[in-house]
Amino acid sequence: MEYYDLLISIFGSTIRLSIPLIFTALAGLFSERAGIFDIGLEGKMLASAFAAACVASVSGSAWAGLGAGIVISVALGLLHGFASITNRGNQIVSGVAINFLTAGLTIVLGQAWFGQGGRTPTLPAEARFASITLPGANAIHDVPFIGPLYANVISGNNILTYLAFLAVPISWWILYRTRFGLRLRAVGENPGAVDTAGISVEWLRYRSLIVAGILCGFSGTYLAIAQSAAFINNMSAGKGYIALAALIFAKWKPVPVMFTCLLFGFLDAFANFMQGKAVPGIGEVPVQIFQALPYILTCILLAGFIGVAKPPKAGGVPYTKER
Amino acid sequence: MSTASVPLPNWINYGLIPVLNLVIAFLISGLVVWFIGESPLDALNLLLQGALGSGEGIGFTLFYATSFIFTGLSVAVAIHAGLFNIGSEGQAYVGGLGCALVALTLDNYVPWYVTMPFAVIGSAIFGALWALIPAWLQAKRGSHVVITTIMFNFIASAMMNFILVHVLIVPGKMAPETRTFLAGGQLPKLDWLMGIFGSTIGAAPLNVSFLIALVMCFLVWMLVWRTKLGYEMRTLGLSPTAAVYAGIPYARTVIIAMLLSGGLAGMMALNPVMGASARLQVEFVLGAGFVGIAVSLMGRNHPVGIILAAILFGILYQGGDALSFDMPNITRDMIVVIQGLVILFAGALEYMFRPAMVRTYQKLARA
Repeated sequence: MEYYDLLISIFGSTIRLSIPLIFTALAGLFSERAGIFDIGLEGKMLASAFAAACVASVSGSAWAGLGAGIVISVALGLLHGFASITNRGNQIVSGVAINFLTAGLTIVLGQAWFGQGGRTPTLPAEARFASITLPGANAIHDVPFIGPLYANVISGNNILTYLAFLAVPISWWILYRTRFGLRLRAVGENPGAVDTAGISVEWLRYRSLIVAGILCGFSGTYLAIAQSAAFINNMSAGKGYIALAALIFAKWKPVPVMFTCLLFGFLDAFANFMQGKAVPGIGEVPVQIFQALPYILTCILLAGFIGVAKPPKAGGVPYTKER
Repeated sequence: MSTASVPLPNWINYGLIPVLNLVIAFLISGLVVWFIGESPLDALNLLLQGALGSGEGIGFTLFYATSFIFTGLSVAVAIHAGLFNIGSEGQAYVGGLGCALVALTLDNYVPWYVTMPFAVIGSAIFGALWALIPAWLQAKRGSHVVITTIMFNFIASAMMNFILVHVLIVPGKMAPETRTFLAGGQLPKLDWLMGIFGSTIGAAPLNVSFLIALVMCFLVWMLVWRTKLGYEMRTLGLSPTAAVYAGIPYARTVIIAMLLSGGLAGMMALNPVMGASARLQVEFVLGAGFVGIAVSLMGRNHPVGIILAAILFGILYQGGDALSFDMPNITRDMIVVIQGLVILFAGALEYMFRPAMVRTYQKLARA
């Protein structure tokens, strides 16, 4: 039973660590499926975390924080669009620029506004997304196996967690069952065909970046005012890149994205748990191995050794109308 | 005919447009400073004073510039072959391992000028090796080099952390770093260089690797514009299909270009590891690999441009330190903002002003 409790606690932190990855990877899914590479996921996540924490701390409302996080992240998405769609700039360079800009601005503005070395003040409980106890969680808490699982893993999360898992089927439905989604996928594979059908490639791509911005807004907000109670310097700490790796690992498909993010979240949770502990027979496993594992796995996948990851055909190429 | 393809004279393409992009990046940075409630002009003044106002300031500026020249060249060589190497950061980090291993082995036995060539080779080989797998993946398996080099930055960081914490750490010490190199493993400072201008270098760690960086600039220029390999690389960069049709082997050229790029990034480690701190420390690269992207974009991938852009970023880094000291409201991270804006305007938005520029130029040319 002791082992089971341990497992439950690792599962619990797996969920908590996966949520920002799921939102961010879905954001990348929308923009990359429309043919826009999005290295700037990390920056959008960081900026929205900062905006959410600032606004939540000033207004005292978590929902206002979420709104601010989304607005900033969409604005950065539009900047990315302006550079890479309207001006046909290099999408990678634009993404790198956004990451730099946000890494610097969040600290500079945070220091200027709050004077705590780039941190925002710690938020009171009402300015955060509180955990929700699902009905019956307390009642069945003592039922063996199912009880702790339901009470500590499935119940007791905040609303953004449930939204993340809801966002997966919704994204699938949008991408595969709506007109917008079908066109969006088409524009990532063959923009010329979409253009010939009389649909604006540019506007479609802008809309995909707006959707991506909204989703990144959720992930940043989750980091700052649901998982933690303040914005901290470089809070995203490479999660945007992990999400990018997860997106590739999931071969640009929504449901696999969710499972990959859960896997990467589990690796992270397991690494935290294993820190300083010895495995019988092997000894202490260096925590760095778990940290590097998502990236190593993604490279192995990219090399085609465990299936083939085929990116959308028109990805990374600015569309030029016939002249 | 669209305005994007009209040829412009070199002084506009390589002079006016980069300067214009830079000016806009600085104007926006100034707006940020003003928004915080400080005077942008005072800030600029403090920044320039801190970077260029004393021999020591200049020494620090050139010390930073040295690292940026290496990483800028690294990014540029790859770009000439059509590859966007985001992995200079990780390659420099691993290069530090090669550099430190040479210094740790030799510093007890030979003077620095014997150690130096081996250290140059060691750091270059380790940096190149770190670029080899992404290069091979791109050339043979078709996985995008941008993604794999990003992944390899994180893998490098985890690996180097492990090596410093578990392998190279001095027994009994807490800090994850190697022992301090003896004089035979340290690159001497360039006191005499400042002495020529009647100034002193003070505590600035400007060292011999600055001269190595300048030599590398020349070699890269030779390579890219004066050799067959450079020609093949540039052809590949302009059009992979044309290159393959012309009989240039795609896989070989990609791998060589990335090895050269990784090697140049690896050499950057000479400057901080053997020049400044005389030991290998955690995260000594401090983002220089990413600065290389901005330097290369601004310098239009030409060694001369890269030297100028690297010095500009050196000024920003050293001046930024002085600025954050005198204006506590503006943190050092203001440099990162400026860097982001430079990458945005000089890189992603490089064509924004081109149409207007073409129209004006045509009007003037007709008149």
